[in-house]
Amino acid sequence: MAKPREALIDPLFNNNPIALQVLGICSALAVTTRMDTALVMSAAVVVVTMSSNFFVSALRNQIPTSIRIIVQLTIIASLVIVVDQVLKAYLFELSKQLTVFVGLIITNCIIMGRAEAYAMQNPPGMSLIDGLGNGLGYGAVLMLTAFVRELFGSGSVFGTTVLPLASEGGWYTPNGLMVLSPAAFFIIGLLIWALRSWKRDQVEAE
Amino acid sequence: MQGSVLYNLGFATAICVACAIVVSSSAVSLRERQLVNQALDMQRNVLVAAGLAAPDEALEAEEIAARFTPIRQVVIDVASGAATDADPATFDPRAAAADPGTSRTAPPNNAGLSRVADQALVYELLDAGGALDLVVLPVHGLGLWGLLYGFVALDADLETIRGLTYYEHKETPGLGGEVDNPRWKGLWNGRKAFGPNGEPAIEVARGLAGPPADDPFRVDGLAGATMTSRGVTNMLRFWLDEEGFGPYLDALRSRGDARAATDDGRGRMTAGGA
Repeated sequence: MAKPREALIDPLFNNNPIALQVLGICSALAVTTRMDTALVMSAAVVVVTMSSNFFVSALRNQIPTSIRIIVQLTIIASLVIVVDQVLKAYLFELSKQLTVFVGLIITNCIIMGRAEAYAMQNPPGMSLIDGLGNGLGYGAVLMLTAFVRELFGSGSVFGTTVLPLASEGGWYTPNGLMVLSPAAFFIIGLLIWALRSWKRDQVEAE
Repeated sequence: MQGSVLYNLGFATAICVACAIVVSSSAVSLRERQLVNQALDMQRNVLVAAGLAAPDEALEAEEIAARFTPIRQVVIDVASGAATDADPATFDPRAAAADPGTSRTAPPNNAGLSRVADQALVYELLDAGGALDLVVLPVHGLGLWGLLYGFVALDADLETIRGLTYYEHKETPGLGGEVDNPRWKGLWNGRKAFGPNGEPAIEVARGLAGPPADDPFRVDGLAGATMTSRGVTNMLRFWLDEEGFGPYLDALRSRGDARAATDDGRGRMTAGGA
């Protein structure tokens, strides 16, 4: 049995869901133009992976094998709807900016993948930690990408101006590419390259 | 036991019931807060259309209420354009449009409307002397995926558009969803709503439009969103015409509130600022 510490830390660098498994890219492109939306999205995914892992694991001995995928999906979908409702009630502005992407957490392969690959074999406590680790691994990549995109695309960090824009009397001319989705592709690509240069064993065999 | 059809059915049912209870209880318990948020968001959009708030400005509830003080909310009778004594605070435009007792079958239109309410809630912004500064009209109509709900603000000349915002729509993010783009919204300020004969002439162009002075009746089209662009044109033309707010605008003109266009830009925050 893996140690809790490993289950938590491993998905951050050694087995990052975005960087190594290349899952959850769609939402990573969509919500990373600004750090506040990326943070809310990361938090939502952390909550959903943790709780879906926990509930799936708690029921793992009862879930019939033949219908396990749809059962997992039902649990995940319900959790996502609850998260979406909470966001609409308490963070209305941000939830409007996240639009469909909160709902699309349901189809995020990371959550389904962890439920199927980990929670179905491990006890609830460990699954909870695994969910937390994977959610944080996803969140870390999201926040890094959003930091680069917001800084160079809008000259700010969490909405606070760092590089004064030329259009508002400063000196910085923002990079228009950074606010478009392809920028996230490039940044995540560079991240994967950097990570694999550091940890050679992540490079896939030819 | 495990693996039998009966067990599978029973398990699936139990999971569904449990999840349904969780989902519905969260929806019901949070509903009140969400409705408050929606109402605030609508008011914020009125302020943005009126140029009293920047599109991306975060506003607390108290701040919204404070900026709303110079705004007079009036429930009008759409057909006659006259003010009614209905209470603006309790008037619900959507409920009114859905209730056969307070709505009528929409006249033939391109805006995708089947029923329209007999009454409408409009917002008149008054200046310090109590004269009309601008008026904010609610508009809605069909885009690509569903109805768009928004506001259009007309200057006191009742001709120059000051702003347009949408607070609810189902358009594709990144394409039709760009109706929320502050830069696009900023393009509306200064356009003319009515042509030389008083007919609604404003339209969303295909491709680019010129600056308001040279190209007063057209606004840049939304790339990749022909249906949404057309929907915006159609709803504005419907609501600004005789079946829409035409009678109300006539009433405002005859009331003497309308004044000549002022092009000096009275330092009002324009939508889309930067």
